[in-house]
Amino acid sequence: MVGAAPFGVIFGTLGASSELSIAATLGMSVIVFAGSAQFIALGLIAAGTHGLSIVLTTFIVNLRHLLYSLALMPHVKSLPQQWKIPLAFWLTDEAFAVVSQRYRDEDDSPYKHWFYFGACFLFYVNWQLCTWLGVTAGRAIPDATEWGLDFAMTVTFIGMVIPYLTTRPMVIAAAIAGVTALATHSFPHQMGLIVATIAGVAAGVWAEKRMQA
Amino acid sequence: MNEWLLLLGMLLVTFGIRYSMFAASDRVTISPLLKMALQYVPPAVLTAIAVPTVLLPDGEHFDLSYLNARLVGAIAACLIGWYRKNLLLTIIVGMGAFLGWQWLVSQ
Repeated sequence: MVGAAPFGVIFGTLGASSELSIAATLGMSVIVFAGSAQFIALGLIAAGTHGLSIVLTTFIVNLRHLLYSLALMPHVKSLPQQWKIPLAFWLTDEAFAVVSQRYRDEDDSPYKHWFYFGACFLFYVNWQLCTWLGVTAGRAIPDATEWGLDFAMTVTFIGMVIPYLTTRPMVIAAAIAGVTALATHSFPHQMGLIVATIAGVAAGVWAEKRMQA
Repeated sequence: MNEWLLLLGMLLVTFGIRYSMFAASDRVTISPLLKMALQYVPPAVLTAIAVPTVLLPDGEHFDLSYLNARLVGAIAACLIGWYRKNLLLTIIVGMGAFLGWQWLVSQ
């Protein structure tokens, strides 16, 4: 939760200085609730991307949550719908990390879903408070774009990518994605981004398979 | 596109993914290949967004000169990020280098 707090504040600050309205910045945290996808959406809005491409990118970025959903499925399958819906809505990277750990614990407490619920609820409230704090701070800085404060997004992304670069396939995936993004930057509606992502992912998979062979 | 429509779209795809397996039965599995591919998505997307904002500061033309403050800031962020692996520090140093350099070259 402490780890997510600066992101929430930064997201709010960037949102307030973006073309997104204050209400929609707060609204994105409330109704989408997906850290990295929210940042990426802001980046794409700043680049003038069409909404449909942003939704498509959100889909690709959040596809990894399919793995979380699959991993937790055995634990929630006997719960009623009114439990499954909020638990799915709150299933972020952070929630998955904490909750899957709790389900791994040896004790067979029948109330583990209450732990899941409580942890997620705290994460959610924390994210809203941090976004709001950031929005308040962001409004205090006028003409953030003119100062080049949009560059904060770029350095945030750099800081987020570096921890991934621990294996050769990861480095190859990032490098190919970056080069392809440059080569395709003139594609309409930022479709080059989708092409670059797919190229990077394909290169990473190819490299990993080659290493195994 | 209306921003609230955009939010609705983002909600639908995000919730759809997170809920899909909870709703599906036990029989569903994800292939090992898809599993492998998914782990490469975050670094690939983030890099694909970040690189053009650094090397094409006006969105059209390459700027690899020392006058490009974004390039200087990005290099500083990469170095500190690599050696310290601390996100907040990376942001602060990268922004500091960028703003400082921008001020220097505008003098």
